Amino acid sequence: MKTSAKPAGVLVLLIAASCVPFIADGYWLSIAVTIVMYTALSTSWALFSGPTHLIALSTGAFYGVGGYLVATGMSDFGASFWTMAALAPLAALLLAGAIGVATLRLSGVYFVIFTLGLAEMIRNLVSWVQNNFLGSRGLYVLTELEERHIYWMLLAVTAAIFLFGWRLGRSRMGFALRILGNDEEVARHVGIDTARTKILLFMSTGFFAALVGAIVAPRYYYIEPNVVFSPELSFLVVIMALLGGTRHLWGPLLGVVPFTLLWETVSATFPNATTMMLGVAFLAIVYLIPDGITGLAAKLKPRRLS
Amino acid sequence: MDVLISGLLLGGAYALVAMGLNLQYGVARIMNLANGEVLVLGGLAAFWGFVSFGVSPIVSLLIVGPLAFIGSWVIYAFLLRPLVKRARNRGQLEVDTILATFGMSFFLVGLMVSLQAEYFTYSFLAVPVSVLGTTVAANRLVAALLAAAIGTALYLWLNRSRAGMAVRAVAVSPQSAGLVGINVARISALAFALGGTVTALGGSLISTFVTLDASAGVIFTMKALIIVIMGGVGDIRGSIVAALILGLVETAVATVVDPGLTLVAAYAIFLAVLLFRPQGLFGRRSA
Repeated sequence: MKTSAKPAGVLVLLIAASCVPFIADGYWLSIAVTIVMYTALSTSWALFSGPTHLIALSTGAFYGVGGYLVATGMSDFGASFWTMAALAPLAALLLAGAIGVATLRLSGVYFVIFTLGLAEMIRNLVSWVQNNFLGSRGLYVLTELEERHIYWMLLAVTAAIFLFGWRLGRSRMGFALRILGNDEEVARHVGIDTARTKILLFMSTGFFAALVGAIVAPRYYYIEPNVVFSPELSFLVVIMALLGGTRHLWGPLLGVVPFTLLWETVSATFPNATTMMLGVAFLAIVYLIPDGITGLAAKLKPRRLS
Repeated sequence: MDVLISGLLLGGAYALVAMGLNLQYGVARIMNLANGEVLVLGGLAAFWGFVSFGVSPIVSLLIVGPLAFIGSWVIYAFLLRPLVKRARNRGQLEVDTILATFGMSFFLVGLMVSLQAEYFTYSFLAVPVSVLGTTVAANRLVAALLAAAIGTALYLWLNRSRAGMAVRAVAVSPQSAGLVGINVARISALAFALGGTVTALGGSLISTFVTLDASAGVIFTMKALIIVIMGGVGDIRGSIVAALILGLVETAVATVVDPGLTLVAAYAIFLAVLLFRPQGLFGRRSA
């Protein structure tokens, strides 16, 4: 009974979500776009970082690669938005693969450190290339796309990520991942290629983050490396995913919705205190709700005997 | 030659900061990502002392040091010790401390922005002096010499004193250190506090020749981490050599190619270390 009710419920939710642009416009539509964007980013983040316990701070870097490639392709090479939106995630896929091969075969802490400065490093590199070889003019992303089109595209990506996550949970690789997350030593002994599993999953995270970055690019109109390679984005994604909890596929969603609404209010009321608030949010998660909202809910709910 | 001298002088200051991080990670097992912010805080203190009270940054080291020691000790005892107790294994501790120190780092950046939103600009000993035929600013030379003095003192303390030996024992194995009667919790707190002190002193010194601002910390954290990994975790000598290498390479890239590419250069080194020598220059291969 439960198994047949679930997909139906998800479908209803999806249809309801796709109707949002018909009833909301202006401010609320832009909030809705932000919510869907962060849902996509933090759900795909949690697919990798949840089971592996590796805090990836590369979301901003891949998102930036997506946005920047769309902008430079359209402005410097006259490519169409659709070509670039298709190419950008593939480029990020390769980049993530290379980073994974270099760092994920070693102890996890190297990976975290490598991703920490990644967005900033790529931004420096891109600015240098832009200034010296492509001419330092602004990059324009001029399309016919409106806010609601961006919303629908992001919703489709989010649905794809959920489908991917759901399939992953039922696949051999998802099983391998759960063993790996519980004990890497055991995973290696039963013949799981732990490095390969981690690298492949990290590549999926890079792919989706760049795809989201590419889709959101028309929202900026004018793109500068400083804008799209935002380290803050990486941290927000981590906070939202951990706030919701990473044990369930829909966990991050429960973090994204309240946090986005809260963050909008906070950054509008105290624009100078956002950095400090970010710090407080991290500390609150570590000390007060280490397992996220879903973990908290599981603890409060009385255990059913089965 | 210009590149060599200024590179070595920059590396001297980096070495001090990396030593601080190495003590915190190698001994206290805390991956402190707020390290760069502590550095900037040290710089801010030196800037304040100079601009508001006319105190020389060298004199203010005497105040910055003890304050940083007490502050770091308090942070360890009240915020990080509970995480050490809660963690079931080293991996869990790593995740928790990374997240907690992120929180601290953002909190400190926010705090510093509200205290001093502009660049910490001041001019101290900005007179040219000649070293081996190359002209360098006196402040860089003084900073590097003081960094060398503090670093040597720390090195001797670690290798010659009884307390230093206890610190090294905890770095090797906290379990065995506990068995031979070393108070591991206390030594970890001591190492963390000392690490914070050294980092803040390094920040004060760096602020005499680099213009810092409230959000500059993360780049320094990144560089200190790269140095620690390149030198080998827990190895002070390695940190010094690695810091000098990073200082040299960065200065070379900044002068020959483009000053905007120093972080890219640091990453290139990092990548090379990860691919060819992940245990660090002096580190031994472990399981």
